[in-house]
Amino acid sequence: MAAFIIRRLVQSLFVMFFVALVAFSMFRFVGDPVHQMVGIETSLEEREALRERLGLKDPVIVQFGNYIFKVATGDFGVSYQHKRPVSDMIAERLPATLELALISAVLSLVIGIPMGVYTGLNRDGFLSKLFLTVSLVGISLPTFLIGILLIFFFSVQLNILPSFGRGGVVDLGWWRTGFLTIDGWRALIMPSITLGLFQLTLIMRLVRAEMLEVLRTDYIKFARARGLTNRAVHFGHALKNTLVPVITITGLQLGSIIAFAIITETVFQWPGMGQMFLQAVQNVDIPIMAAYLMLIAFFFVVINLIVDLLYYVVDPRLRIDTGKGNGHG
Amino acid sequence: MALLEVNNLVVEFPTRKGTLTAVDDISLHIDQGEVLGVVGESGAGKSMTGAAIIGLLEPPGRVAGGQITLDGQRIDNLPYEQMRRIRGKKIGAIFQDPLTSLNPLYSIGRQLTETIETHTDMTPTQARERAIELLTEVGIPAPARRVDQYPHQFSGGMRQRVVIALALCVNPRLIIADEPTTALDVSIQAQIIALLKKLCREHGTAVMLVTHDMGVIAETADRVAVMYAGRIAEIGPVREVIKNAKHPYTHGLMGSIPAIGHESERLEQIPGAMPRLTDIPRGCAFNPRCPHEFGKCGELRPDLLPVEDSQVSCWLYDGQDGRNIDASKKLVAETKADARLEATNG
Amino acid sequence: MADTSAPRTAVVVDSLRRFFDGDIWFSFKRSPVTIIAAVVTFIYFFLGLFGPLVAPHNPFDLASLDILDAFTPPAWVEDGNPAYLLGTDDQGRDLLSAIIYGSRVSLFIGFASVILALVVGVALGLISGFVGGAVDAFIMRVAEIQLSFPAILIALLINGVLRGALDVDKQADLAYTVLILSIGLSNWVHYARTVRGSTMVERNKEYVQAAHVIGIHPVLIMLRHILPNVVGPVLVIGTIQLAVAIITEATLSFLGVGVPSTEPSLGTLIRIGNDFLFSGEWWITIFPGVALALLVLAVNLLGDWLRDALNPKLR
Repeated sequence: MAAFIIRRLVQSLFVMFFVALVAFSMFRFVGDPVHQMVGIETSLEEREALRERLGLKDPVIVQFGNYIFKVATGDFGVSYQHKRPVSDMIAERLPATLELALISAVLSLVIGIPMGVYTGLNRDGFLSKLFLTVSLVGISLPTFLIGILLIFFFSVQLNILPSFGRGGVVDLGWWRTGFLTIDGWRALIMPSITLGLFQLTLIMRLVRAEMLEVLRTDYIKFARARGLTNRAVHFGHALKNTLVPVITITGLQLGSIIAFAIITETVFQWPGMGQMFLQAVQNVDIPIMAAYLMLIAFFFVVINLIVDLLYYVVDPRLRIDTGKGNGHG
Repeated sequence: MALLEVNNLVVEFPTRKGTLTAVDDISLHIDQGEVLGVVGESGAGKSMTGAAIIGLLEPPGRVAGGQITLDGQRIDNLPYEQMRRIRGKKIGAIFQDPLTSLNPLYSIGRQLTETIETHTDMTPTQARERAIELLTEVGIPAPARRVDQYPHQFSGGMRQRVVIALALCVNPRLIIADEPTTALDVSIQAQIIALLKKLCREHGTAVMLVTHDMGVIAETADRVAVMYAGRIAEIGPVREVIKNAKHPYTHGLMGSIPAIGHESERLEQIPGAMPRLTDIPRGCAFNPRCPHEFGKCGELRPDLLPVEDSQVSCWLYDGQDGRNIDASKKLVAETKADARLEATNG
Repeated sequence: MADTSAPRTAVVVDSLRRFFDGDIWFSFKRSPVTIIAAVVTFIYFFLGLFGPLVAPHNPFDLASLDILDAFTPPAWVEDGNPAYLLGTDDQGRDLLSAIIYGSRVSLFIGFASVILALVVGVALGLISGFVGGAVDAFIMRVAEIQLSFPAILIALLINGVLRGALDVDKQADLAYTVLILSIGLSNWVHYARTVRGSTMVERNKEYVQAAHVIGIHPVLIMLRHILPNVVGPVLVIGTIQLAVAIITEATLSFLGVGVPSTEPSLGTLIRIGNDFLFSGEWWITIFPGVALALLVLAVNLLGDWLRDALNPKLR
């Protein structure tokens, strides 16, 4: 198992390295960093001096090394547009995005898995068909449209939910949370539904497909032949066997929730990282784009490692050393 | 009274091209502690019959007619929950592939105890003891340790032993064994069959042994039913059917088995193939391939007729046409070679 | 001539008959939802092709716009104007016409980026599966990494980088190109992985070995022998990806980095309308939204059905 984890860690490092290379290339080769950092009145000499000071005249390899070193110590450079350290801006906006992503993820799992099990077991039931149709609509509607429709009904027409911002936020010093006020929760409702709906439908369809697959297997047939109750067959044997693929996809999806937040945050003017990233794309603010990319990659890598560990909990074939105590034949 | 009685069972599969009849009006019985072999080619309806008895036909398959009676109780029309209580407790099952019959994520101990606890009042501790006992019985070494292991830690033969333990764990009256050795190595097959035979004799369990392997049948079964295209061609004591096959199909089937110790130039072979369920011929289903086919065979379906110790569904044994058993036997022997010749020419 | 065309017609008739007898046509006939989806998709394609001939106004012609007509509500609402069935936007553009023109833009960019992704993906997949070794490892690693990020994020990044590399005054002119590149390059992975898998299977078959032996150029083997064997799944992915591409285009345009508002796509129209949602002019955003949802839903349903029809296991 240790070997497996180490291999995954090495793979993760490779991914981070590759992403860092992409981020660095964006930094270095798209536009002229110096041109972005100084005003029009800056003289050529001053520009050259700045170029020297930023290390832009070093060999590219050295620059890349420096970049990696800086990133590893949390220095993502200075935003072209805001003239502030990118790491400060991220620290300010991270809590908003993470809280939104967390609630969306919980929502999609807590609703998506039971719906998937239900539709898998009652594949021809009326409710299943309804769920599936609704889920197709959920997948087909672009996220931003769902947000707009929610705002239209609940804010414009009914005027019962706030349409933008985080509501009441409590500053804990290092973290500004919306979880401690009713206002903050009210503000979370529509954004988290908007963000979670796509994942919810995806998880539901995945669980359903896996359930259908598993229910056809011999060991389910054999479990029925042993006279086990439906409950034991469906929620024990079948559900547990659907978990491995579900964990994989769910892990990846949770990672992408953070990225999908870009759209939701724009629709609801949620002061998170996604909104910051979008403004950066609009203004070609490369340091923020690069930092955001690295951060998302980091989340992705961490989630992947957690997923790998979960496999061990679920699947004994990975957990136990298979070499011992049996002969094959 | 017989333990299991199947009367005029019909199993149908509705498809969009019409309803297919996979099992067409078959009747058989199994006595207490008896081993009934069921043989036939794939698609002959033998597994379907087993699935119908245990009430686990895959939808959209359904029992469309007939009755199944176990111990005097009719079981083909029971509600799901009542049938579930019978499955495992009164009728056990063993499937073909031990590699896929066990849930890979549960330890074998857990799979045994959950079955025991479902059907008895045993406490978890008692169930665990019983599980270890069962593993000993099916010949798993170091059962106290292995009970906590997972299926992937067992070899194929060992897994089939676990499957047998699972089928037997609450002493059912009848076991439906569907090709229990087909997926195993030849060297393991004999062991598993011997084990199954021994345990069933000890527990007085009857077995319906579904297989296409006549060797296994010859070794294990008391009686044997030969199925063809969803119907029973011949049913009788195993010795009688093997040594003295009456139905032309059984005859062909026996001829196609290599026998050690016999000088034989070449194996017999039945011309043609079993019809698909979509186009089963009128009359006797075997008539297009039969070397003795005559007028009536393509018109009317023969019933099972008692002939000596067996029952045969073949018009050759219907005295009304002036043909008698001896004559038809002679016919069988004489025309075997001609039939082969005809088949290759035609 | 006649003796060759007759069998050919027979072949066509025969394959048509097989299609109509076959499972695919049967499952199509049996699914009313699919039929409706096909009709809706067809209407959109028709509007896409002949939009300018059908639309009551030309929303891109700035000279014909009258600012006094701005914010006209739909015709059936009080103050509505029958000339503008679905109302007008903030610049007095007829919404119905804008939606027809917008669908055209959305479909065009959707198709173009699917084709780009398909060509790139199939080419890389073929090379990866055929060449193998380090090339394969590299391409698949990049694919894996890219796949772990949502396509929309990749598209946004490519979009930002491309615009950063362009002069500011050229950005508007090249908006379509930037969009097609962003969406196309963010979606090639699915094709590449599928094609790679089938290529590796085909590569080891006897006929490919034989072609190698008689000295046919590897590129020719790839194009003539392997490619025809992998197109089926690729087309199914393409259908499903068309919906994804349309959504991505709409999203990018909604986020303000897509089609400029002078020649709006559906996403741009929704973004424009979103500013007026609170002041009561709901129609400017809702109608394009409904149009987009219908289009995507129809294409999705078709893609779903096609996948299921070709893969009986999932039914």
